[in-house]
Amino acid sequence: MRETNIPLYIRYIVTAILLTSFLFIGFFITNSNILGRAHNTLIIQIGFYIILSVSLNMVAGYLGQLPLGHAGFMAVGAYSASLFWRLGILPSFSNIIVGLIISGITAAIFGIIIGVPALRLKGDYLSIITLGFGEIIRVVINNLDNITYGARGLLNIPRYSTFTLVYICVIITIMVIHLIMKSKHGRAIIAIRDNEIAARSCGVNVIYYKVFTFAVSAFFAGIAGALMAGNQGILVPNNFDFMTSVNILMIVVLGGMGSMFGSVISSIVLISLPVFLQPLNEYRMIIYSLLLIVVMIFKPTGLMGSYEFSLTYFLEKIGIKRREENV
Amino acid sequence: MSNIVIECKNLGIDFGGLTAVDNFNKSIKSSQISGLIGPNGAGKTTIFNLLTKVYKPTRGSILFNGNDTKNMSITSINKAGVARTFQNIRLFNKMTVLENVLVGLHNRTNCNLVSSILRLPTYFRSEKKAKEIALNLLEIFDMKDIYKENAGNLSYGTQRKLEITRALATSPKILLLDEPAAGMNPKETEDLMETIKKIQNDFKIAILLIEHDMKLVMGICSEITVLNYGKIIANGLPIEIQNNQKVIEAYLGKGEEIA
Ligand SMILES: Nc1ncnc2c1ncn2[C@@H]1O[C@H](COP(=O)(O)OP(=O)(O)O)[C@@H](O)[C@H]1O
Ligand SMILES: [Mg+2]
Repeated sequence: MRETNIPLYIRYIVTAILLTSFLFIGFFITNSNILGRAHNTLIIQIGFYIILSVSLNMVAGYLGQLPLGHAGFMAVGAYSASLFWRLGILPSFSNIIVGLIISGITAAIFGIIIGVPALRLKGDYLSIITLGFGEIIRVVINNLDNITYGARGLLNIPRYSTFTLVYICVIITIMVIHLIMKSKHGRAIIAIRDNEIAARSCGVNVIYYKVFTFAVSAFFAGIAGALMAGNQGILVPNNFDFMTSVNILMIVVLGGMGSMFGSVISSIVLISLPVFLQPLNEYRMIIYSLLLIVVMIFKPTGLMGSYEFSLTYFLEKIGIKRREENV
Repeated sequence: MSNIVIECKNLGIDFGGLTAVDNFNKSIKSSQISGLIGPNGAGKTTIFNLLTKVYKPTRGSILFNGNDTKNMSITSINKAGVARTFQNIRLFNKMTVLENVLVGLHNRTNCNLVSSILRLPTYFRSEKKAKEIALNLLEIFDMKDIYKENAGNLSYGTQRKLEITRALATSPKILLLDEPAAGMNPKETEDLMETIKKIQNDFKIAILLIEHDMKLVMGICSEITVLNYGKIIANGLPIEIQNNQKVIEAYLGKGEEIA
């Protein structure tokens, strides 16, 4: 909890200005096509990977549990939104919004169903059981042939995932998680990570908060899945295999467990790196892996550790004056 | 009768073949400081773990305000009014001093999830109030000016004080302190003694204290229970305990024959 004397409304205004300018810059870049189609897709991909890693970070970094089934929730969200979108019962704009909400809620329900038994376990056991659940979801989707078209792929998904939509979803995800973490609920979650018995002894309902965190995390994973579907226009169950979960976890670990800022930076770096290493052909994966190893050796807590970017701190640095009254 | 907070009836627990606590009977009145002493391994911490539902008793029962606590959890017993500290300190090390106390205030901070996310006025009001209460509590223990420090960076003695503050924040009716003076120097121990008396007096709560520092125990407890090998060997006023033959033997090493 940082102390500051910069009034709340100034912080809100500066945040709003920054966020809108990023939106316009991104909108201009993607629409004018100055980077080309491949890079536009890359930007959108980075967007939903930010949502995936930030939401996984809530469980891995803040709650201190290490689930390996994030791709499962992503799959639930992707398929439920796509199936709804394909029905096309609502006009375009409300179709998008309702579909996204459906994807989040369905994924959150799965989060709760899986979270209740899984969160009774800790450490490696939790990782393994969530890995199992993630795989089960994928296999079930694969076999629900008459609904999901299984391995043949679900086609003709409307391509709703524009830069603007993805960007807004990214901002909402980060904001909501941030606002939760900076409240009594967030303190309870971190307390559970730091010392579960002590948290219980302080009257914190640990089971509730564990399942809650898991559900919020699944909710946003579901949204990210929907955005991915709206970007690709086609879904196959193998989009959501075990390696996808591992990749998301890798982004979180590289960025720093418990740092949302780290997850954002790390998503940008790890998702765009393979594209920029393209010219190196077969050496690409070797360099990618070496980079990961080097970071983990020299900075085991990840690029950002548990550092969190603070606009307030930044404003103070560039000399916006503190007012000395009121604490 | 009505002012008894906690009553243990024939309480006992076994770990495999080992009987850690047996036939433990004790009532604690609502505004009393009682002591629980005994050699290492006597079962004192185990009794705290039973009282706070970390362990389930093998035998007997615990009544809180006259109600059986059989179906209560660690969380619900705290909500009911039992708070504790731990022999091996359990703070939230990556959180600040203030945040540690705020977690103690968790159930007294009235702000639901929606108000938190939407930053409704309730959020600002409840956060401000919680922070005020926390800082007031920290002031009692002279920790107000270090409220921004990380709990993990504090000295041993200060960490123990912070744990007591955090426990008090849950507004308990009984406070269980497990060796609060361990690792403190004589000056700190003396201050702690004053503080414990002050807490009891200001907050009008019951306190049950496990402590090896005899001066501390004899100085502030109105009743002392002595435990050896999981069984009560003496119970009474400090003076009675001081002159009790069984107690002296337990401490001076004739203990093996007693068991
Ligand atoms: N969880 C447990 N499993 C097995 N034995 C235990 C457990 N907790 C305590 N004990 C045993 O119970 C006895 C009493 O321990 P404890 O209550 O910690 O003693 P103390 O009086 O020093 O606080 C010891 O012999 C200890 O080894
Ligand atoms: Mg002990």
